[in-house]
Amino acid sequence: MDKKKIIMCRCEDVTLEDLHKKIDEGYETFEDLKRLLRVGMGPCQANTCGQLIQKELASYLGKKVNDVKPHKARPMLQGISLESIAKEAKK
Amino acid sequence: MKKHVIIVGAGISGVSIAYHLAKKGVKDILVIDQGYFTNGATGRCGAGIRQQWATKMNCLMAKKSMEFFETAEKTLDYDGSIELKQEGYLILATTKDEEEQFKKNVKLQNELGIPSKVLNKEEALNIVPHLNPNAFLSATFCHTDGHLNPFKMTEAFYKASLALGVQFHFFETVKDLTVEDQLVKKVITDKEIYETDILINAAGGYAKEIGELAGVDIPVYSENHEILATEPVEKLQGPMVMSFSKNIYCQQVPHGAFLMGRSTPNQTKGHDISSSWQFLDEMSQTVCDIMPLIGKLNIVRQWGGSYNMSPDHQPIISKAIEVNNFYMACGFSGHGFMLAPMTGLLMSELVLGLKPSMDIESLSIERFNNQEAVHIEKSVV
Repeated sequence: MDKKKIIMCRCEDVTLEDLHKKIDEGYETFEDLKRLLRVGMGPCQANTCGQLIQKELASYLGKKVNDVKPHKARPMLQGISLESIAKEAKK
Repeated sequence: MKKHVIIVGAGISGVSIAYHLAKKGVKDILVIDQGYFTNGATGRCGAGIRQQWATKMNCLMAKKSMEFFETAEKTLDYDGSIELKQEGYLILATTKDEEEQFKKNVKLQNELGIPSKVLNKEEALNIVPHLNPNAFLSATFCHTDGHLNPFKMTEAFYKASLALGVQFHFFETVKDLTVEDQLVKKVITDKEIYETDILINAAGGYAKEIGELAGVDIPVYSENHEILATEPVEKLQGPMVMSFSKNIYCQQVPHGAFLMGRSTPNQTKGHDISSSWQFLDEMSQTVCDIMPLIGKLNIVRQWGGSYNMSPDHQPIISKAIEVNNFYMACGFSGHGFMLAPMTGLLMSELVLGLKPSMDIESLSIERFNNQEAVHIEKSVV
């Protein structure tokens, strides 16, 4: 299948081709790719693309999945509006 | 292994120094970084670039750096976009004292050729209509300030340096420095031992520790500054909105997300960069006070990063006093990203003994021995 048509990160529309190009440039961890391609920075926060990209990094680099570090999960667990936090914080 | 120049830290300062040295013909440069690409303060910063400062040195470095950014894609022959967006910084004055200080700041900035101006409330509201008119008195605005993507800008310097023959080792940690006859002779990492002629400390949050390895006392410390990002939305806001008294900076990046941060009062010194709910509470209340509309947005992520604080909140770009081939670019106090082009240029001139592009005596580490010479930069969030 055409690598340009395989979406790896649907929040940020990053394709398998984008991913391979960056890995070929020497960026070999999820954290590198996140910063340069925005994978995992969208609303799902890598809940969808995280494992997909971990597996792809393993297969493309010839490593075991266990040897590819998963992405760093950061707060929030889900999106919460600023005003709802502000409202609760004032109580 | 022998390397002529070793730079510790591949953040924006390290890559800019590497590029400027290599551009001047220096060969055999190695940059060592302990983690992944932009793992430190550069990749954690708020992506703002401004020239509205209260001290002459910060103004001049920021202005000349902005001139570099404006043509950086071409200069560095970058294959991506550094996402430069010059739609200004709107700095809110919320007290009478701040109004007085800002008038002085603008006068200084104008004298140095920075096109900032004082705006009354109505003029500020014309630029950012969703500001709460009751939350501020007046503002200053510089239309050439703005946004720059920290990852892409670092990559642009990184790739240009690679093309000039600079070597980079990521995921390698400097463990010790061997000093003999007041010279760093060896750099010992967790992977290799290098002999070197010149050591440059651009280790950001860890600059003090790298100094200690060579017996160089650098009066800096690190502290965690937190930040968050919202979901991306249609364009709502052109400039960065900032207030020192309300303790906030907030901008919409070209991608659509809003980034906002504040400093934590009485923050503990150290390398902790974790996220706190207290930050969310305070940040949310501040932004809802100043810009209620932004309060509607969902937060998607929060994180922290190190400010490497110097006693006067201005950079240290200097040769060490104790060790003759030890140089440092540190203590940027949260603003190393926007000053990086000048950091690299000035450091390359210092190392090569060339005439500096601007007088950098006041950036020398020796300034802290003379307290009267220290002018503290107050325009910091």
